[in-house]
Amino acid sequence: MKRALLAVFIAVLLMLPLATGGVYYTNLASQILIAALFSLSLNLMVGFAGLTSLGHAGYLGLSAYASAWLMTNLGWGHLESAAAALGITAVAAGLFGLIALRAASISFLMITLALGQILWGLAYRWTGVTGGDNGISSLTRPHPFGIDLGNPVNFYYFALVVFLAVWGSIAMWVRSPFGASIRGTRDQPRRMAALGFDVWVIRWITFVVSGVLGGVGGLMYVYYHQFISPHSLSLANSAEMLLMVIAGGAGTLSGPVVGAALVLLLKNVASAYVDRWVMLLGAVFILIVMFLPGGIVAGVARLGGMRRKASVPVPAAAPVNKTDLRPEVAKEAS
Amino acid sequence: MSAVVDIAELSKSFGGLQVTRSVNLRVEQGERHLLIGPNGAGKTTLFNLIAGDLPASSGSIHLLGREVTRMPTAARAQLGLARTYQIVTLFGRDTLLHNVKLGLLARSNQRWRQWGSFDADQDLSARALKALDSVGLGDKAQWPVERTSYGEKRRLEIAMALAQDPKVLLLDEPLAGLSAEERETVTQLLRKIDRSITILMIEHDMEVALAFADRITLLHYGQVILGGTRQEVVADPRTREIYLGH
Repeated sequence: MKRALLAVFIAVLLMLPLATGGVYYTNLASQILIAALFSLSLNLMVGFAGLTSLGHAGYLGLSAYASAWLMTNLGWGHLESAAAALGITAVAAGLFGLIALRAASISFLMITLALGQILWGLAYRWTGVTGGDNGISSLTRPHPFGIDLGNPVNFYYFALVVFLAVWGSIAMWVRSPFGASIRGTRDQPRRMAALGFDVWVIRWITFVVSGVLGGVGGLMYVYYHQFISPHSLSLANSAEMLLMVIAGGAGTLSGPVVGAALVLLLKNVASAYVDRWVMLLGAVFILIVMFLPGGIVAGVARLGGMRRKASVPVPAAAPVNKTDLRPEVAKEAS
Repeated sequence: MSAVVDIAELSKSFGGLQVTRSVNLRVEQGERHLLIGPNGAGKTTLFNLIAGDLPASSGSIHLLGREVTRMPTAARAQLGLARTYQIVTLFGRDTLLHNVKLGLLARSNQRWRQWGSFDADQDLSARALKALDSVGLGDKAQWPVERTSYGEKRRLEIAMALAQDPKVLLLDEPLAGLSAEERETVTQLLRKIDRSITILMIEHDMEVALAFADRITLLHYGQVILGGTRQEVVADPRTREIYLGH
């Protein structure tokens, strides 16, 4: 069932430029794929490690600015600047992890927010390097194997390849033994330490991988827009990435992709009809939190499950996921 | 015989509140050592100090001949220390099998492996299933933990600890909150634990605990009041006064 859905989904993605026919929708699809890179990478922290971050747009900025600066000022090629940009992002994420992971929950969130704001401030004020408010413009898209990515359809397929590679890697990573330990540190950090896991190291590695994959998104972002400015590192942008994760479903593989599509569609389609589309986004988010806690993907799966259960009786002893039975609470209280 | 757990002048304060006061405790290889004392005597705090969940204020802890006073929790676990919790601390959304496998993974160098499927790891699954069988939970291996009874959760805790093949086992009230029947099951289980494993146990069920223990230490207000063989401690009037309450 899941595999069939996935196959259909990938087939749709492959056919998309042919079906829509217009440049506008092809570009919108590319933007959704790029946004999904941010939400997928952020989800590693939020959903799988249980560490909510509000500074993820900082990685977008770091790698985008690094590659843009290396290309415009040192005349580096796309490949070298991309590699260097990811290297810089990895080092920065490593350092940020050292600082942020000293804390947990709300303090962690505040530190990531502060670190993100520092990067935003740098982009804004360090005019000699970043161009300040004007940003860095007149950038070019790469030409892998002589393919012109200036063409929207070609760029879409390029974005699709990167998206599928990142998505697939994340899917494999979270299923690995290490991935199981990441989820363990989310659910029971104390127990994980008592079992012999280095909780801090597990979180730090996840933090860095999340940052580097966010950096991959940053590269795609700067290739797409051929422009980078402090606006892209803003707190609002970090919050939007977090919203994609939570709306779609944190801790799932498909949720962040759905969330990215939802936000981008609202942003681009609804904004054509409604001036205050951000309010609409807010309203949709509140509805999701109220009626589909756990996100769209989990909510839809539950609705589907309910329908199935209504038609096929499930044996009483079947191991179904349910949270209403908590015998330990009553017993411990006594 | 050498002391497997050797605690010297161990103290712990939270601000002005001293919860552990100059505790000295030696547990020999293979011994079943029982910690008793009224509520708030600092028994669980002592466990947390030994396991590394809490840093000691002063004094020292040696585990298996190594000084571990400042060693992180995970490193102590890697030396061969396993524990169960007074309040069940399990991965509720995952299956029983997954829980035990995580315990096994912790002690394997596979724990850093970033590829391949954890769920499909046949070696870990087989060993975890064996551990679950040993506590009579083999048939519920695929159940999510939150669907099992309290007694089953306690048995799972023990299975997770034993699967790790520990040298020292800390059991924090393994019988608390269990029905008479479940108590019997868990007691049998504890009796079957190999003598190569040293056990330090907190337990309020005196009947079971006394039958199980070789030596007993009585704690009161964070202090060791007395320690000795089962007979010595039971016969001592202070035990009656402080603990048995008459």
